[in-house]
Amino acid sequence: MSKAVINGLLIGGTAVAVFPLLWMLSVSFMVPGEASSLPPPLWPSRPTLGNYHELFARAGMGRYLLNSLLVSSVITVLSLAFNLMAGYAFAKLRFAGRERVFQALLGGLVIPAQVAMLPLFLLLKYLGLVNSYAGVVAPAMATIFGIFLVRQYARGIPDDLIEAARIDGAGEWRIFVQIIMPLLTPIMVTLAIFTFLTAWNDFMWPLIVLTGQEHYTLPIALASLSREHVQDSELMMAGSVVTVLPVLVLFLALQRYYLQGLLLGSVKG
Amino acid sequence: MNTQRTAWLFLTPALLVLALFFLIPVLAAFALSLTDFDLYALADLRNLRFVALGNYWELLHRPLFWSALGHTLYFVVIGVPLSMVVSLGAAMLLNSPLARMKPLFRTALFAPVVTTVVAVAVIWRYLFNTKYGLANYSLGLIGISPVDWLGDPRWAMPTIILFAVWKNFGYNMIIFLAGLQAIPADLYEAARIDGASPWRQFRHITLPMLAPTMLMVSILTVSGYFQLFAEPFVMTEGGPLQSTVSVLYLMYEEGFKWWNLGSASAVAFLLFLIMFAVTAVMLRASRQRGEA
Repeated sequence: MSKAVINGLLIGGTAVAVFPLLWMLSVSFMVPGEASSLPPPLWPSRPTLGNYHELFARAGMGRYLLNSLLVSSVITVLSLAFNLMAGYAFAKLRFAGRERVFQALLGGLVIPAQVAMLPLFLLLKYLGLVNSYAGVVAPAMATIFGIFLVRQYARGIPDDLIEAARIDGAGEWRIFVQIIMPLLTPIMVTLAIFTFLTAWNDFMWPLIVLTGQEHYTLPIALASLSREHVQDSELMMAGSVVTVLPVLVLFLALQRYYLQGLLLGSVKG
Repeated sequence: MNTQRTAWLFLTPALLVLALFFLIPVLAAFALSLTDFDLYALADLRNLRFVALGNYWELLHRPLFWSALGHTLYFVVIGVPLSMVVSLGAAMLLNSPLARMKPLFRTALFAPVVTTVVAVAVIWRYLFNTKYGLANYSLGLIGISPVDWLGDPRWAMPTIILFAVWKNFGYNMIIFLAGLQAIPADLYEAARIDGASPWRQFRHITLPMLAPTMLMVSILTVSGYFQLFAEPFVMTEGGPLQSTVSVLYLMYEEGFKWWNLGSASAVAFLLFLIMFAVTAVMLRASRQRGEA
């Protein structure tokens, strides 16, 4: 009895969680106007790829997709490199002021990113980086959260291993690349997915810094499209599918790492 | 000596980025908030004037600031507890020994979290469309007349809250799930032998054991919900009748629509102070309860 209730509730909850996503997919294949009929149709009567064709051929969706891929990938690679190096240094290298610098960084976690946005815009404007990919990438090249995550993980690496390599005459850079990085692979994967998803889904900063259409990322393009095409539900749903599908697939493929990172980042204070 | 230098070489790129693109801008935001930086100053810095706390003083006299703060608090005060209850409920269902196919349910319930706000907001706008939306159609079937979800000032914020809870509950669900799994099973065993009802088990075992997780989740959620922006931007553009203008929405319009960067910085700083105060109060309250 309680078994039926629990599983029933789970099925119900899952239906509510997933239904909007499935319907988005379904409506994206409908012919223009079909979604605006009553009762709201669940399935396309004559499935068509017309909306996708329209998006890519005329609305420039291909360009935005590439922009998003480019920006998110560059952010992921750069911030991964910088956060790994810094996290490793905080965990395993001894230097004066280590604890103090790290505490100061953690203190920065309480400051919402939006506080920095207005001066950041001015800074990038004077650097000539407004409305460029670099303007989106620059502030995301390192994160306190990423450094923290790497540090927590790297503390588990035995000091002897690094010591032994030093005695054998390996340089610090070589130790980092050949010994440390392979040991950090799990946290690298986790952090990479996290960073990529965050960069892909980011809305406010790209909205501020990207003023010209040619540099738009998908969320910005979709928001501006949806203001022009308020009535074209089918077209907008196709746009949403293009925006959501890549991250959803990435998450489904690598969810083990993603969920792990979520717990590492939040439970471990 | 050698490791000292190596360490700083390893730290420099990240610290440089954080200093240049975060720390200095945050400090500059405070300085900026004390000036009348506007379109004229943007064109020529010589037009910049120091106004001390003038921006703050003006904001406190602007009805729009108070209503934006009110909407944000509405979103936090209703949205956070609702989101926590849904997250905890889902986590408890998933944690039940009777639940089947847990990985499948877990993944599906989590899916909305990884989606892009703008894209799923577009879907919700369609589902809650007054004329063609499924929400009103379903209500119509049970005889309830259509609600103008996003067009009625009374309903726009509740609709956005529902959307936010749907979008975000999976995140906290995973954290709660880990917290629940850490509770020793013998505690429940002992309670069952003593004849405690499920409700008493929940109140006297689950809730106290989850308290630290609960505190952390609520602080994270509160600070996340204070940063409401994309949802009203995409779903309602702050309307109808500015009923969904949040503090960040106000900051965005003030700064990047009207180019009053000084006044917008003051908005950002006030939001920061409020978030900081609320978090501090939550921490203190939980500590006192812990000692009692």
